[in-house]
Amino acid sequence: MALAGLFWILFLIIHLLGNLTILTGNPATLNLYSHKLLSTGPLLYFLEALLVIALVLHMIYGVTVFLDKRRARPQKYERLRSKGAPSKENISSLTMIYSGVLLFVFLVVHLLNFKYGKVYTVEYDGVVVRDLYRLVVETFHQPLYVVFYVVIMILLFSHLRHGFWSAFQSLGLAHPRYTPIIYAIGILLAIVLAVGYILLPIYVYFFVPLP
Amino acid sequence: MKKLNLTLRIWRQRNANSPGKFETYQVRDISPEMSFLEMLDVLNEELTKKGEEPIEFDNDCREGICGMCSLVINGIPHGKLHRTATCQLHMRHFKDGETITIEPFRAKAFPVIKDLVVDRSAFDRIIAKGGYISVNTGSAPDANAIPVPKEAADAAMDAAECIGCGACVAACPNASASLFVAAKVSQYTFLPQGQPERKRRVLRMVEQMDREGFGNCSNHGECEAVCPKGISIMNIARMRREYIKASFS
Repeated sequence: MALAGLFWILFLIIHLLGNLTILTGNPATLNLYSHKLLSTGPLLYFLEALLVIALVLHMIYGVTVFLDKRRARPQKYERLRSKGAPSKENISSLTMIYSGVLLFVFLVVHLLNFKYGKVYTVEYDGVVVRDLYRLVVETFHQPLYVVFYVVIMILLFSHLRHGFWSAFQSLGLAHPRYTPIIYAIGILLAIVLAVGYILLPIYVYFFVPLP
Repeated sequence: MKKLNLTLRIWRQRNANSPGKFETYQVRDISPEMSFLEMLDVLNEELTKKGEEPIEFDNDCREGICGMCSLVINGIPHGKLHRTATCQLHMRHFKDGETITIEPFRAKAFPVIKDLVVDRSAFDRIIAKGGYISVNTGSAPDANAIPVPKEAADAAMDAAECIGCGACVAACPNASASLFVAAKVSQYTFLPQGQPERKRRVLRMVEQMDREGFGNCSNHGECEAVCPKGISIMNIARMRREYIKASFS
């Protein structure tokens, strides 16, 4: 679960960097970037397959934790509350299964919308490439989709806030001096990724006119 | 100091198979110097005099070192005071007129025997799988015969402080026993005596932990907060390193 999670975080960072090309305002930047990415062929398929395998394992482990937890305490407490520091229990750690399931739902919708969505084409210097930029702009002009996207990205923050440091702890990579630093990096990374992704639909909705 | 009058909501359960429920009791003129268990003693004495069944709860040394006392007090195993077992929790930490809810530790692996008493022998079975060293120690050996660095001795002692009370399981949202097992695995990793059975120990103890029906650890860290001995979750990370090393060699 830990390795798969960290692999996906790496993907999220690279995916965000690619998406930020939208902020240039020039459609060609995103379109040519995605064209180049697709033209790597086998390498891309290999990485995609790795992501799928990682995700499936991650989900199996996550659901197992959830089911085992219910089995391990059949009689609930009337009241069980956190004792506070040094506990790292918080709303994020307690809702990993829910944020995770919703992130998966988002992933399916997201892939159907973009990767397997409408295909527009555009020509640059005689080369015909997919006009992903136009699809992005059109999609992000639907208010409901923007709200959905923003809410999911807040859940992404929540999932990573606990997930990042937790992955290191699960791998045994913990140390009294470095674990607090890893925890802080996790929160920072969660904020940067969530804000970064939220920036895109907000920017497109308010500042980029429909073509 | 002013004496306390308290309302107690206590889980009563006749035996493992009967459903339990909360009963409400009033206790009057409780000295703030009493421990939590002494307060329950007062209540039990009154119940006995009235011809009612006294409340069963676990206790033994009453000085915070045996790991026998338990209880979930107002939603927290061993109560709100840090690094304190229930027997060392004193009534001065409660307010006059307060309502206190007392539940047993709850986990499938810790079935309720009666009222607030749970069966923690799952821990004993885990210990039986490797929480020891199998060498004939004979009479007490010379203390300096096997040199142990100060840092290693300290680290081993920090883990060995675990009194096996089970509060870690009680507080864990997943009812995982990872902190207990991690402490028992960790203490030997620092010492020369623990080396011969190092790999076997972690594999067998973790296997038994899973067999007992505890949940999985997902790093909430609540166990460390409620541990009366403050055992660190760094031990859980160490257990995982030990487990990974033992699995791949």
